[in-house]
Amino acid sequence: MAKSLESEHPIKAYGYAAHDTTGTFSPVTFSRRVTGEKDVRFKVLYCGVCHSDLHYAKNEWGVTTYPVIPGHEIVGVVTEVGSKVEKFKVGDKVGVGCLVGSCRSCESCSSDCEQFCPTQTLTYGVPNFDGTQAYGGYSDHMISDEHFVLRWPENLPLDSGAPLLCAGITTYSPLRYFGLDKPGMKVGVVGLGGLGHVAVKMAKAFGADVTVFSTTAAKKQEAIEGLKADHFINSRDEEEMKAAASTLDGIIDTVSGNHPIVPLLGALKPNGKLVLLGAPEKPVELAAFALILGRKIVAGSAIGGLKETQEMLDFSAKHGITADIELIPIDYVNTAMDRLLKSDVRYRFVIDVANSLKAE
Amino acid sequence: MAKSPESEHPIKAYGYAARDSSGVLSPLTFSRRATGEKDVRFKVLYCGICHSDLHSIKNDWGMTTYPLIPGHEIVGVVTEVGSKVHNFKVGDKVGVGCLVGSCRSCQSCANDLENYCPKNILTYGSPYYDGTRTYGGYSDHMVADEHFILRWPKNLPLDSGSPLLCAGITTYSPLRYFGLDKPGVKVGVVGLGGLGHVAVKFAKAFGAEVTVFSTTPAKKQEALDGLKADHFIVSKDPEQMKSAVGSLDGIIDTVSATHPIAPLLSVLKREGKLILVGIPEKPLEIPAFSLIMGRKIVTGSVIGGLKETQEMLDFASEHGITADIELIPIDYVNTAMERVLKSDVRYRFVIDVANSLKAP
Repeated sequence: MAKSLESEHPIKAYGYAAHDTTGTFSPVTFSRRVTGEKDVRFKVLYCGVCHSDLHYAKNEWGVTTYPVIPGHEIVGVVTEVGSKVEKFKVGDKVGVGCLVGSCRSCESCSSDCEQFCPTQTLTYGVPNFDGTQAYGGYSDHMISDEHFVLRWPENLPLDSGAPLLCAGITTYSPLRYFGLDKPGMKVGVVGLGGLGHVAVKMAKAFGADVTVFSTTAAKKQEAIEGLKADHFINSRDEEEMKAAASTLDGIIDTVSGNHPIVPLLGALKPNGKLVLLGAPEKPVELAAFALILGRKIVAGSAIGGLKETQEMLDFSAKHGITADIELIPIDYVNTAMDRLLKSDVRYRFVIDVANSLKAE
Repeated sequence: MAKSPESEHPIKAYGYAARDSSGVLSPLTFSRRATGEKDVRFKVLYCGICHSDLHSIKNDWGMTTYPLIPGHEIVGVVTEVGSKVHNFKVGDKVGVGCLVGSCRSCQSCANDLENYCPKNILTYGSPYYDGTRTYGGYSDHMVADEHFILRWPKNLPLDSGSPLLCAGITTYSPLRYFGLDKPGVKVGVVGLGGLGHVAVKFAKAFGAEVTVFSTTPAKKQEALDGLKADHFIVSKDPEQMKSAVGSLDGIIDTVSATHPIAPLLSVLKREGKLILVGIPEKPLEIPAFSLIMGRKIVTGSVIGGLKETQEMLDFASEHGITADIELIPIDYVNTAMERVLKSDVRYRFVIDVANSLKAP
């Protein structure tokens, strides 16, 4: 007989969950496992609200098992460590991102690419291989195998750094992997939201010349003055797009709404790379000629491995990169989701969990 | 007043041309320029028939100006060289492929990538520097700037080697550029036609393990016994495709008919590359998730630069790689085109120009 949320595990926990496809959150009491010998247990201080949380809460990808407690940009302070934990101790500041498990033995895991492990465990929403559910960071505390816990760099703010655990690694990884991290590279960023604004900051820190593409002309000032992008192009303006033809080494496309790809390919130099991070609902359409004439690449990328995520956090601390956030109490989360749907946030909500989530 | 093809240049020439979008080829008397100081003039011995010739004569791509003399897999013997030609002399065996000109000063040209020069000049159907249109190898002789002439390797047969000038470089180049030229690499080839069969030969010569994908089960024996491919998969068979999931480092897709891309992406390992060299008419549809999960790439490639084309010919000569051909007299060309349309050839027609094209 299936156990209830509360009795599934021995340690009591509480958080906010969505129970059906309305995606409306409400308080819930649940439970987490005891601290195993390799586990790190920590009190959640902050948790970023990622657009994926919204997709999952509403079951837009058809993979959600309810109730779902999202949150995979989680920062906190260690309260207990297992007997075989070596890297962390009580009181340390730590983070957990999108992964809490992987097989640790396949070729991907062995090359620090746990994000490609076919038996990975996500931080929330998809059942673990032992059949129990994984619950994310909209909750009072987390527990995770040491391997999946990130050391929080000393100079990195806990609240505005939290979104780096998903948005940060998701943009940092392709900039590195596709060789767009060299000074002087000409990099485009499509979409100025949670992912996009962090992509601009990362690219600038790498020394790139950054062009922001947006359908919202009003974002120009924020892009240029706020984020220090070098150029701003209204992607709906044909003249501006034409003027940008064959100028870019690479483009990081963060937009998850359906949008035309071919004009973006036109902006690439020969051998240029268009990297998709957002996942539009409809397949992207392109004429083969757009790739063949110029040997251009369309690729995708998602998060990164644990080693690279740590590297990204350290890089961010060194270069003063944080997300632009709006800190909210947890009972604001439903309003936040409504606003997120309308892209009405500059640029990430972060839940002030420790100060607003009360035990029932 | 516009000159006729016969009077536009001082040297008489004759060949077979298409005069309208029916694509029917018939004898044409025309003319070529005098041998300039950097030009090489040669009598055409053989010319391969590329599917692009068929597309061009029927104006499938909407770019054709008639009359059109196709042919860009041209092999012959030098009859005259200009005063500043250094690398060739009368009597040499030479070849010309798909390009006869480029700007010689852009980044692509400077990097021996004339195929990506935005101002390159195709061997047929393109405006030349003097404003006249270029005529291809279905003709008695050719004249081209020395830079665009290939030295014919001694041990390479002239007739069965001629298709390498397009089909060869088009498949060799992406195997090298995308790192699929290492022993043990697992490479897929989609489509077993003019391009596909040469792709298999090159991949095998590089030491790859080759899987052929085809919609024609009857091609299995040719693929495995004839071309020495390691595996054969009927791409319309879901069971066979399923068994190949996540197995290949790269795929060379030679098919120009519209076909689904997502199943091919599923067959790639993580970070695998799908390289389009065929040009489907309709836009491709690519689900973004198929790229994002596994950080996969879709890209394209077209021919190669002159330096690489020479390298490819030398490699082919060293490894005994030629095309499988059907040698035909030039007056068979219309029947040949009908058969190309039905893929009724194993695998390239080559026109025995010198022995069948008579002066009018």
